[in-house]
Amino acid sequence: MASATSNPYTDDVSLLIVLMDTNPYFWGAMNGAAAFSQFLNQVLPFLNSILLLNQLNQLVVIATGVNSCDYLYDSSRVGHESEKRSTKGIPGHSLEILQKLEDFIAKDQQLSNSDEAPGKICSLLSGSLSLALCYIQRILRTGPVHPQPRILCLQASPDGSEQYVAIMNAIFSAQRSMVPIDSCVVGSEDSAFLQQASYITGGVYQKPQHLDGLFQCLSMVFATDLHSRRFLKLPTPTGVDFRASCFCHKEPIGMGYVCSVCLSIFCKYHTKCSTCG
Amino acid sequence: MEPPVVTMRAKYKASGPKDPGVAGVLTMRDDSFIFRPNDPSSSVKLDVSFRCIKGHKFSKEGSKQALLNLTQDKGGGYMFEFANFKDRDVCRDLVVCIFDNWTGRVLGRLQCLPPSDQSAQVVPAQPTTQHDNQLSMAEMEQRMNLLREDSELQKLHRQLVIGGVLTETEFWATRKNLLDDAAHKASKQRAGFKSAMLADVRPLTDGRTNKVTFSLTPEIIHQIFAEKPAVHQAFLKFVPSKMSERDFWTKYCRAEYLHRTKNSVAAAAEAAEDEELAVFLKHDDILASEARRKIRRVDPTVDMAADLGDDYSHLPGHGILRDGSKESVDSESELPKRTLLQDLNRHAAVVLEGRTLDVELGDTRTVAEALARSKQAEVATETSDETENQKRLERVSQMTEIEDLQAPRSLPYAPLCIKDPREYFDSQRANAFKATGDTGSGVNKDCCHLSTKQAYESLRAQILEVKSVGFKDPIVIPDLALKVLNDVNQQLSSTDPQLGKNPQATVLDMLPHRTKEELLQHWTSIQELLRHFWSSYPLTTTFLHAKVNRVKDAMAQIYRKLPEVKESVQSEFRHQVSLLVKPMLQVLDEAFKHYDAEMQKRSTKTSEGRNGIL
Repeated sequence: MASATSNPYTDDVSLLIVLMDTNPYFWGAMNGAAAFSQFLNQVLPFLNSILLLNQLNQLVVIATGVNSCDYLYDSSRVGHESEKRSTKGIPGHSLEILQKLEDFIAKDQQLSNSDEAPGKICSLLSGSLSLALCYIQRILRTGPVHPQPRILCLQASPDGSEQYVAIMNAIFSAQRSMVPIDSCVVGSEDSAFLQQASYITGGVYQKPQHLDGLFQCLSMVFATDLHSRRFLKLPTPTGVDFRASCFCHKEPIGMGYVCSVCLSIFCKYHTKCSTCG
Repeated sequence: MEPPVVTMRAKYKASGPKDPGVAGVLTMRDDSFIFRPNDPSSSVKLDVSFRCIKGHKFSKEGSKQALLNLTQDKGGGYMFEFANFKDRDVCRDLVVCIFDNWTGRVLGRLQCLPPSDQSAQVVPAQPTTQHDNQLSMAEMEQRMNLLREDSELQKLHRQLVIGGVLTETEFWATRKNLLDDAAHKASKQRAGFKSAMLADVRPLTDGRTNKVTFSLTPEIIHQIFAEKPAVHQAFLKFVPSKMSERDFWTKYCRAEYLHRTKNSVAAAAEAAEDEELAVFLKHDDILASEARRKIRRVDPTVDMAADLGDDYSHLPGHGILRDGSKESVDSESELPKRTLLQDLNRHAAVVLEGRTLDVELGDTRTVAEALARSKQAEVATETSDETENQKRLERVSQMTEIEDLQAPRSLPYAPLCIKDPREYFDSQRANAFKATGDTGSGVNKDCCHLSTKQAYESLRAQILEVKSVGFKDPIVIPDLALKVLNDVNQQLSSTDPQLGKNPQATVLDMLPHRTKEELLQHWTSIQELLRHFWSSYPLTTTFLHAKVNRVKDAMAQIYRKLPEVKESVQSEFRHQVSLLVKPMLQVLDEAFKHYDAEMQKRSTKTSEGRNGIL
């Protein structure tokens, strides 16, 4: 009896950390001018539905920008004035998210250096993964009683090969902490990093066909908590691209040279390893 | 290079040891044995391959018949009787060698030589000269053990090494860590002596016949030699020059008996008569001299800082008279009495410590305070009890190391954790293996044509739009939602129709067992071959040329076998199997392409060279 009351977190309480890709170059280049607003229209109700699934569910939203990443929303923080506000059918916390998003975009713009359009700009996925993992670590260390954490990556822009090492490190630490990384790729091409991430950590990887139906896809596949996943059948990856990227040029390679000390991968023969010497 | 052949006279006993047997000649080769009876009209002729023979049994040395029974799998066997045990042992050793050969073919050939004997016609094998380094017996043992334990490795070994594609050294070159682990497991602890005092031999006395029986086993004899060096030396001196071993031990036992019965008169009498007996009866001089030697080597600076005797108050008086009067110990009184001994010892200890004060002996108070201060300083400089304890424990653990129990002192390395490819084998099914030129970074379909400012502006505008307009109602159009639902369902059902329950089960488990084994076997051999293939480039020596050719031929063989595997499977699985086989084919194609390109380059180079010369 005592144990039932002392642990309010039952098996199906989840802590969901959503990494939202806010790469303006990508969203600007998408066919259809209102792509981002459509995206928000699907994602924000999904976030609300997560909070509705269980009273104790916790939600954290992190924005993945081009030059920086930041926390947008944390449902466990007490004292939301926004709960009182609610305009035009938008619940209070969604408004809060939107507000914070606006501020974040402004800050991100300030950090960008030049005014010229670069060829291809990738979002800082490694940064937001690190933020998410740090948050999870903090939660895990608060005590034995905590909700089960997982990470959902809403990725739009393609992989940045220069982030390969950092992303792989983040993936391995997620694997170590037993935090599944789910990925929902709304961009045009598959993301090799996220495929590997989901495969290694035991998460779900999905690339939905239509942006309009994103809400349906999200609530079907990604809304379930970790405990219920044991009874459900979720999409398995059809094929994972396991290729690594070389450390010198950050290009994905199929065959290369490996340092016998630190296992860094190079495409050309080096007499001295740049990572460990 | 001929395999060993043994020809021996033997009798074939078809129905067991009682059978008189058919006399004939038994010829054993490395893969089969032949028995031909002496009598040409007899119908007993045997030509059996060693494949059918699973084991062998033999009768012990000293039994009536020298038998060798080659047992089959189902329980029957072939029993042969030999003229003497020596012949039988020759054949038996060959059989043992052959069985070991079966698991480690090339290894056995080198070292399996039956002892050359006049009666046996043995053709010794000539060692294969493919590599210089001599394999030690121990290493060969390890390799054979490893192969015996790991059937996968054995299959691979059989296919590649016995098939002549790779040499032994090449095969084992990358598996050194396995051999090292095996070596460490093999080293056993030395068994020590038993704690029971075996050297103190007790006889059995038979009251009826008045006989006293001593029984000495080799273990007891070993202990006697270890514990009594005089006896040991006497043994070395007297046996076998002066007396036989039996006599020696008889005398020893007699001496023991006399000693035990404590019959000193009889002992002296016998010692006077028999000088050898006297050796056993007198003191062991060797031990005494050893003890004296050890005493001389004791470190005099051993720091016996304190012992129980320092607790002066608990020492008895030992009857020493103080001032002429005897002290009586009144045990009933509460106050402990101070004995003279205690005072003496305390005074001596203080004198030995020396004078610690420099203060003039005048004022009592100053002396007392100075003494107190010096005592405090002494206590302060003393390290705490805990650290002292710690240091002492460390010293104790260093001194009492037991080598047998130490783990092997290899460098602390973390072994390379190469994931078992079978785990992610089926995830590679739809892996679009892009050629190395075409990478993901080159795709610039979504190149943004807006400037930075424009991009951010549009993003901000969209956010504002959502804020002002609010969410769409409904969020998703029902038709579209239904479409997505159906798509996802179809996706889920297409991959694993039967595996509803177990998300961890892979496609491989669905396939029939034989196909699965074949596929995995092909995959491991492909990996091994590719490893050797790619490591041989750039080709510098003819050995590497030949090796690459061999490896390429083996790979071509597997390449041909793969479509056959696909065909052999039922149609419902064919698609899955083809997905599994595709990356294997791709990888082999890459290798072949490289090989052909290299050949091309070389042929153009040589033709150019020739033209240049001409």
